Amino acid sequence: MEIQVHDIRKTFDGTAAALDGISLTIRSGELLALLGPSGSGKTTLLRVIAGLEFPTGGSVLFDGDDASHRTVQERNVGFVFQHYALFRHMTVLDNVGFGLAARPRANRPAKAEIRRRAEELLALVQLQGLEHRSPAQLSGGQRQRVALARALAIEPTVLLLDEPFGALDAKVRKDLRRWLRQLHDRTGHTTVFVTHDQEEALELSDRVAIINQGRLEQIGTPSEAYLRPESAFVFDFLGSTNVLPVEVRDGRAFFAGCPVPVADGIEAGDGHYTLQARPCDMMLAVDRQGPGLGGIAEMVRVSLGRVRVDMKVGGLARPIELELPMKGEGWRELQPGQSLRVRIDRYHLFAAP
Amino acid sequence: MSARAICSGWVRPSVMPGFGMTLGFTLAYLGLVVLIPLSAVMFRAAGLGWQDFLALATDSRTLAAVRLSFSTALLAAALNAVFGLLVAWVLVRYSFPGKRVLDAMVDLPFALPTAVAGIALTSLYAGNGWIGQFLEPLGIKVAYAPLGIMVALTFIGLPFVVRTIQPVLHDLDAEIEEAAATLGAGRARTFRKVILPVLSPSLLTGFALACARGVGEYGSVIFIAGNIPHVSEIAPLLIVIRLEEFNYAGATAVAAIMLAISFILLLLINLIQAWSSQRMGRA
Repeated sequence: MEIQVHDIRKTFDGTAAALDGISLTIRSGELLALLGPSGSGKTTLLRVIAGLEFPTGGSVLFDGDDASHRTVQERNVGFVFQHYALFRHMTVLDNVGFGLAARPRANRPAKAEIRRRAEELLALVQLQGLEHRSPAQLSGGQRQRVALARALAIEPTVLLLDEPFGALDAKVRKDLRRWLRQLHDRTGHTTVFVTHDQEEALELSDRVAIINQGRLEQIGTPSEAYLRPESAFVFDFLGSTNVLPVEVRDGRAFFAGCPVPVADGIEAGDGHYTLQARPCDMMLAVDRQGPGLGGIAEMVRVSLGRVRVDMKVGGLARPIELELPMKGEGWRELQPGQSLRVRIDRYHLFAAP
Repeated sequence: MSARAICSGWVRPSVMPGFGMTLGFTLAYLGLVVLIPLSAVMFRAAGLGWQDFLALATDSRTLAAVRLSFSTALLAAALNAVFGLLVAWVLVRYSFPGKRVLDAMVDLPFALPTAVAGIALTSLYAGNGWIGQFLEPLGIKVAYAPLGIMVALTFIGLPFVVRTIQPVLHDLDAEIEEAAATLGAGRARTFRKVILPVLSPSLLTGFALACARGVGEYGSVIFIAGNIPHVSEIAPLLIVIRLEEFNYAGATAVAAIMLAISFILLLLINLIQAWSSQRMGRA
């Protein structure tokens, strides 16, 4: 099932637009992440696709057919809620079978068949033996899997997951993430999930759609998004970053009048830009006299597998963060208060705001 | 006293002091306010002797009054369970101008002296009242008939149901309704299979409270009932009549029967509640 979202707009009364003209295509069989900070509109978009929220404008197409006016029930989507929304007065088995039992009489399977299918799905999500428990007796991860089995039971055209791992602790989250990927590869459902966790989106999805303030910033594979960010927001959102306002003249960048030492020549035209670079892409200039961005070391910490240094640079409100490899040179002698110079290995230039 | 001695037994050490004193007070208070008066009724009834008691209790006027009291209270409570749920639903789920006023109005039957309610209802439903004048030609007699008792008890019982359901409905996660919808369930099925089971314990509590109140209601009923023996005479009124006749034995017999039935009803409702909350998985 291919889903096209076309120019979706949504305003809640009295507030700024939650969705401000989003268009994107969800390819059949793919696992797409909707990634964005909280309040970016990603959950609203998911609910618009499900039919739980009605957009102010735009349309949603299921395999080319306009589904905008179909009710939730008619859309036949599998929706997994952040807090699972299990029916707590029913057993696990009845929860999973609910969708089948709710079908119109004409194509409702027989009771025994519903039971068999629910058991099959519980086996798929590895919850055999818990059929007769009530949801209150399950752990968070187990509830999540019941919710997933319940959504899969209706043979949905698309599976929509709202912050599927949001309420779980880190360890369970990691296991479930891998497990969901395997499940997707096995069942091949077109799946969209919402998350604010960059790592989760990059690790789990085929493609990532990055949303900010109700607009689509970028859509692409995780490596595209990470390595070729199309906006300062995307770069900033996908990991920590150092921001340097620079002026480019004749293929060289200047910060506060001093040349910024970057690894290779700048191709951008003359003008003002913001230069952004990841902490791990900053290198210590070992010869302290050579070219480099100068500053004072504020903090030197040995962390897991790397050394973190905060460097105070005159004219910048935030210190420049460095992440140096343990096996690198020159950091052992570094003391807070000492001056140091850095080179920038990899960077991105974005038009100045 | 050693620390070991403090820890033993069913009194656990706690940061909340004064367990012994508060429990003692609670028991004394409950005894004084609830148990002693109730057991006095039972003692009185027991003092009658089995033969006398049976004769008084199976008196046709007594039986008719008790039957009327309980049947009207049950019916009115059932009516309130349905429409109180509706009122609570509207008050919780929708927002509209005047909602606060409407919400406050639900409490009126609590606040209004019951005699006032009785007189107001009677003047409305009497043959020449605003509503009664239209019902009478249709052959529906409300005032001075059992139907009038129903009307009064429905009025009295409404806040009990609304106020017990409201908080539960408020806490009811809208997500479970949405979940049911995404699974293909229509509104009716969602209500029946998803919402109602969650509400049923509080609905039962509201029903029980309204029913208990209805059985004991006196003030509003005596005005509208007409108080015709065997037809529209409620049990509490019969007790008063017996007392005025200085027939204390007769009054005690009616009271004892009411006490017994009320107790059984309460027990039944509690059992149903325990069963339904166990089904909700709150074990």
